[in-house]
Order: sequence, then C-alpha cells, then structure tokens
Amino acid sequence: MALLEKRDSGAVLIVDRYSKVEEDAATPESGDVLVSLERLEAERESLLARADSVGVWLRSDQSPSGLADDLGKIELVALDFPVFSDGRAYSSARLLRERYGYRGELRAVGDVLAEQLGFMLRSGFDTFEMASPNALEEFATIPKEVRVVYQPTGDGLATATELRLGT
Amino acid sequence: MGQVVIASRLSDGLVVFLRDKADPSGGAGNGRADWVLQLADAEVADDDSRAAELLALGEADGAAIQSVVDIYLIEVEEETGQLRPTKAREAIRCFGPTVRPDLGKLALAERALAAGN
Amino acid sequence: MYHYDEYDHALVKDRVAQFRRQVERRLSGDLTEEQFRPLRLMNGLYLQLHAYMLRVAIPYGTLDSRQLRKLAYIARRYDKGYGHFTTRQNLQYNWPKLEETPDILAELAEVEMHAIQTSGNCIRNTTSDQYAGAAADEIEDPRIWCEIVRQWSTLHPEFSFLPRKFKVAITGSENDRAAVRVHDIGLIMKHGDGEGAGEAGEVGFEVIVGGGLGRTPFLGKTIRPFLAKEDLLSYLEAILRTYNMLGRRDNKYKARIKVTLHETGAEEFARLVEEEWAEIKESSLKLPKPEMDRIAAHFVPPEFRALESRATAEEERAAGDPAFASWVRNNIVEHKASGYAIANISLKPVGLPPGDATSEQMDLVADLADEYSFGEIRVTHTQNLVLPHVERSRLPELYDRLLAAGLATANVGLLSDIICCPGLDYCTLASARSIPISTQISERFADQGRLDLVGQMQIKISGCINACGHHHVGHIGILGVDRKGEEHYQIQLGGSASEDASLGKILGRGFSADQVVDVVEQLVDVYVELREGDERFIDTYRRVGQAPFKEKVYGTA
Repeated sequence: MALLEKRDSGAVLIVDRYSKVEEDAATPESGDVLVSLERLEAERESLLARADSVGVWLRSDQSPSGLADDLGKIELVALDFPVFSDGRAYSSARLLRERYGYRGELRAVGDVLAEQLGFMLRSGFDTFEMASPNALEEFATIPKEVRVVYQPTGDGLATATELRLGT
Repeated sequence: MGQVVIASRLSDGLVVFLRDKADPSGGAGNGRADWVLQLADAEVADDDSRAAELLALGEADGAAIQSVVDIYLIEVEEETGQLRPTKAREAIRCFGPTVRPDLGKLALAERALAAGN
Repeated sequence: MYHYDEYDHALVKDRVAQFRRQVERRLSGDLTEEQFRPLRLMNGLYLQLHAYMLRVAIPYGTLDSRQLRKLAYIARRYDKGYGHFTTRQNLQYNWPKLEETPDILAELAEVEMHAIQTSGNCIRNTTSDQYAGAAADEIEDPRIWCEIVRQWSTLHPEFSFLPRKFKVAITGSENDRAAVRVHDIGLIMKHGDGEGAGEAGEVGFEVIVGGGLGRTPFLGKTIRPFLAKEDLLSYLEAILRTYNMLGRRDNKYKARIKVTLHETGAEEFARLVEEEWAEIKESSLKLPKPEMDRIAAHFVPPEFRALESRATAEEERAAGDPAFASWVRNNIVEHKASGYAIANISLKPVGLPPGDATSEQMDLVADLADEYSFGEIRVTHTQNLVLPHVERSRLPELYDRLLAAGLATANVGLLSDIICCPGLDYCTLASARSIPISTQISERFADQGRLDLVGQMQIKISGCINACGHHHVGHIGILGVDRKGEEHYQIQLGGSASEDASLGKILGRGFSADQVVDVVEQLVDVYVELREGDERFIDTYRRVGQAPFKEKVYGTA
C-alpha cells in the first residue's frame, strides 16, 4: 500500500505518520493517531487536547457534518471507499472543503483506483492510499487525460463556462 | 444430455465453445484448450466429472491467455442429430438472434460451408 | 441545434484517447476483465449475448443529417449494417468489436457525438420531447436546458458513482411527450403564477422526482412547483447530493431514487433538498445569463417561410389516396409555423424488429432531412424518427420517397407502433424474447383499415423486469418472464406514460409465446365492442375496469 500526496505536477510518495487505532485497542498515550468517528465522539475532549495530531476516519455511510465544529483541531480526515463504486465520499469531500472550510489533509482510503483519481482531486482529496504497484506513474498521467471540466468545485479549476465567458 | 463450456471472445465478443485439442472425442485430454465458433464443433461432456474437467481447462485457459471471458457450462441434448441447448437463453446464444437469422451463428456456419465448397 | 465549441470538442477527444488506452491495456492483458468492465461500461460498451453492444448517446434525441450519416456509416463499416433506436432516444450497435470501439468513438467525436455515460450508475443522457422546437403547444424549447444539463452532468466528479443509474427528462409542453413522470427527475417547463410560484409570465420548471419503472414502478412526485431557470443546476446538484448520500447501496433493486423518496417520504426528501439547496443556491452553479443566452442561440428556430396553413397538394393527394391519407392522419403532427408539419417516420414496419434502421435507411432519412427539414432529425422515445419541419405542400413527395424505402408505415401512435426492448434475442439480462411478440402482433394487425379503426393505442413489451420496454405504462403492457427455462408472458392493462400517467395492473395468469397475440386480439375486441364515442383503449379501460377484459380472456365471470 502506497500513500501519495498530490503536488502541482503529479504526486510524491509520503510516509504515513498516523497510526490507525483499531476498534478494540486503547488510544495510545502519544503519537499521531487516526481514529474512528465513534472514538472521536467518545473521547472527544482528550483527543482534541493532545499535543500530537489527530485524524478521523469516516466510513462511507458517515456524514462529515458532525465534524464541522472540530475541523480546526483535526489535521487529517480519511474518507473510505469500501468499493470504488460507492461514491458517497465524493460528496463528503466536497462538503468538508467547500462548506465547512476544512484545509487539513483529506485522504482517500479503501478501493482507491487510478481511474477515479481525477474525480477525487476535483472533490478536494489531496492524499491517496493506493494498492497499485504503479500508483506514482498512474497518478502522473491518468487524472490529466481529460482536461476540460464543466462543473465548478472547490478545486479552483476554470470550468468550460468560465473560460467561454472569460470570467 | 451433456454439457459444453461456453464463453465470449474478448476481441469481438462472439460466442465460443471449448474443444479439448488433445482428445476431441472425449476422455481425459492433456489440457490444451481450443475455442471454436460452432456448437457442433464443441466437446460435449457426458458426465459431471468430465464437465468439471472441461470447465477447469476453459477457466485456466481464460486466465492464462486472457482472450475469452464469461466462461461457464451449459446443458445440451441431441435432437435429430444436432446439438441443442436445453435452455432458451443458451439456444439463442448458440444460434443467433432469432429475429435476424441472417446474422447469427447458423448463417455464419452456412457461409463457412459455402466458402469451403 | 447545439454545436460543440473548442471545449466540448477537447473533452470528447480526450475521452476517446483515454478509452483507446484503456482498451489497449485490456487487450494486452494489463487490465483484467474485472478491472476493465466498469471502464468500458462508462463508455457505453456492454458484452451481450452474441457480441459487444455499444450504446451511443443522442443528446435529447436531436440529430443533424451529418450525424445520422455518420451513424449509418459506422453501422456499415464497423457493424452489420443496422442500428437500434432505443426508448431513451439513443442508438445501439449490436456487433462492434472491442478492438474497433476506440475508432468508432473517434468517428463519433468528429460529428460531436459520444457514448459517455450511456451506462453505469451516473447521470444518463437527458431525454426530451421529440417535437421540441416544432410543437405548437410548446412554452419554450426544452433542449436549451437539456444541453445545459448535458454539460453539467458530463463526467461530474461527485455524481459518477451514484447508488444507481439516474435519468432526467425535460418537456417544454404540458402535453408530456417525454414521459417525465417515470424519470428519476422530470422537469416540466411552465409559467409562474405570480402568487408565490414564480413571477407571472416567468418561465421556469416544475420539478418532479422519484419516478421510474423496473421492478417497483413509481410515478414521480412534485417536490417544487416552480424553479427559476437560473437555479436549475444548483437545484439539480442539491437533489443529486441528497440522493448520493441517502440512497441505498445495500440492495441494487432498492437503490433508485424512487425508493429513496418512497422510504424517506416525499415531503421529508423535499425538505432535505431545499436545505441543501439553500447552501448552494448562490454559488457558481447559478447560471450566468450570457451562458444561457449562448446556448439558447443554438436553438433559434430555422427561418420558416410564410406559408398558407392549408396545402392544396396535400389535400388533393389525400382525397384520392387512402394510404397517403392514413399516413397524414397518423404520422403528421401540427407544427407551430403555418404551412409546416412535423413528420414522423415509423420504424415499426409489419414483421420487423421495432426501432431498427439499416444504414441505407439512415442515409435516406439524412438526405430527406436536408431536402425537407433544414437538416434536422429527431429520435423519439417510442423508437421512431421525426423530420420536425416539413412544408405541408411537400408531404406527398416526402411520402413517396419514404414509401419506396419501406419507411412509410402509417402507424404512429397506433396499435402496431409498439415500444419494445431487444429482449432475449440480444440482451444478457433478458428473461424472454420481446421482438418476436411484437412482430407477431404487427403481422396480426397489418391491415391499415383495422389499425385505423382501433385508433390510438400503446402496446409496450419488456423482456424482463427491468422494464426497458416500459410495459408498466403501456395501455397493454407485456412482460416476458422465465418459467423454468421457458419463455412466458404476463399481461397488464391500463398504463400510460403521458400527462395522464398511470401504472398498469396485471390481468391474471400469464401465457406462452404462441398465445400472446391471440390474447391481445381478444383485448382489442373487447375495447372495440365497449367503446363509446371517440374513446381510446385506455379511456374505455378506465371507464369499464378490468372485468370485461378478464372475462373475455379467461372465460370467468
């Protein structure tokens, strides 16, 4: 499994500094942790008071709306694609970026396939956990294969309409 | 009553049938699959164990050469000297759209015969 | 009609190149079938019973002659010389080779066409009134809004992996020819009432959500009586986002928005949509007027000549030629411009598959469009073609040209104008054949006098529960099912997809393939016997109920 971070041109491999806290384990005393939404809700005060970074992992059926107030203290939100065809995380990502103003790391995890990278980038993801052995190479080419976009999203790309009107 | 391995050819999607190259008359072959366009040329398994053997051969070949997909067994019976699938769906797959008899497998076989003469 | 600018062209070209690479990777074994399947489906390429099938999008059913000639050419060069027009105004090729599909897509791109989103759980081709821009009863040309929706929905990053496929239809007239109540979203253009639902005289949309056929048919519900034009995309985005988050993903038979709406309740669903919309209403989704104007400019009507409303040539021919008179009565529709007519070309000849057209026929219709209809052609959801702007005085010569090519069947809207899916002759999902049922019915009712006598009538046939043949909304609906490996057919009565939309009710136990046509004939006989005045089949059925029909067919009181 490789973790990629988007750069202006393609992506780079990065090291995952978070340790994911499994359901039945206790939250470690220190270090950067990635916890479930349930754990964040249960241990909210202690987690948000930590000196080290806290990340939250959302299943695809969990709305990000409950996180809105805490996003200033959360440095990573990981959104799960249990299968590539479960597209709920695209909406969650856009809500986090465009509605709740989240600026931290937004990570795609689960069944993250190269052919969907373009949509993920447009929705606001900036890191990607990918199983493909050629992830870096795929990242460099595939998302740029279709260059025109019609829909305004939070990624700031100029849409066809904006280019036509020169706005 | 017997069974035949059916599949779709990757390059053009046409329906193909399995023939064991080593021993087209039945019995244990040496695992060299051959995909043919006509049901009449397919190998018919007379019992379940031979059918399973043929299916395994077809699937292994499909996985190795990646040129056939959707591999499965169908039931066939002989009717006035001609092989015929027992289910309507498979019969239509084997002989072509019934509404365009000029385009299906039977037409293909007739054209091949005509060309051979 | 709309023409691509540099951006539209660039997108479609990029998409062709992308698919070419994906096909190469599949053929080289770099991608497995499992990995490749979703990619090919996103370009409308299915693997069917005999071969691949490529579904080409015909946006809102509008074609120009150059595009139709290209479709004819592709059928001849890459397929077996014919194509099948579908109930969603698209065209399907039944025999393309995988290795040649990138070339087919490149050919399509040359004439501003594609197969993007003709499959998959995404927003499909937006359909519309086939008479848009020509109909006398139209408020405004709905294709302007279809094109705006087409662009917005194309490769939408958020809505390409919805719980299930998603279909939008827009009509510009109160007479619904786009079956908007059986779509995921149906939009009806209407005038504001000046009393809360839009300014008086302002044109906007009534928004209907949650219609659909398939396993559990529902008629859509109005969730907003009036929506201003500039808010169209933000409102659609609010609906889609609500559905994307809320729609079921645990069971594909419960994943359509009709089930979401049913389970959530229409009022609650509407509330959620409005809440979401309030957040994005003023975002950059608000349509800028210059862009609305730019797209609308593509749909200005052609320059119609000032003509007398009556055409002597037409009347004289009709007086002496009953076949021509039938064709005019059944296939010709009133046009908004004086002296013009809308000419339907039936693709339902006696004994042949409904909706199929050969390359030669497509070429001919393209030529006729150039000569008689400003180069424009429409595809209808009833699987026919239309020349939308024909001078009435030229109808006799048009008729003669169509007649010579087997395209003058005078049955539009009549019993043999059957909607029919490809069924088990082609489709891997099908349970039974549907085309042979349709051809048998058309053969039984081949006599023009009898067809005319029976009058307006809709028979719709689906080869499986997915209902591509819209059997739920046929006056007579026929559904093919598999009974222990054998084909079997259920019959239902009383459906309609028009402004008086209703879902049909099952008549009783089903029939074998060779009984269906006799049963249809019995049903028609009951109607003819019981009808009053100029009642259509559906009107009589609604008045007398199912009992007399049941009695005739099953012989029970």
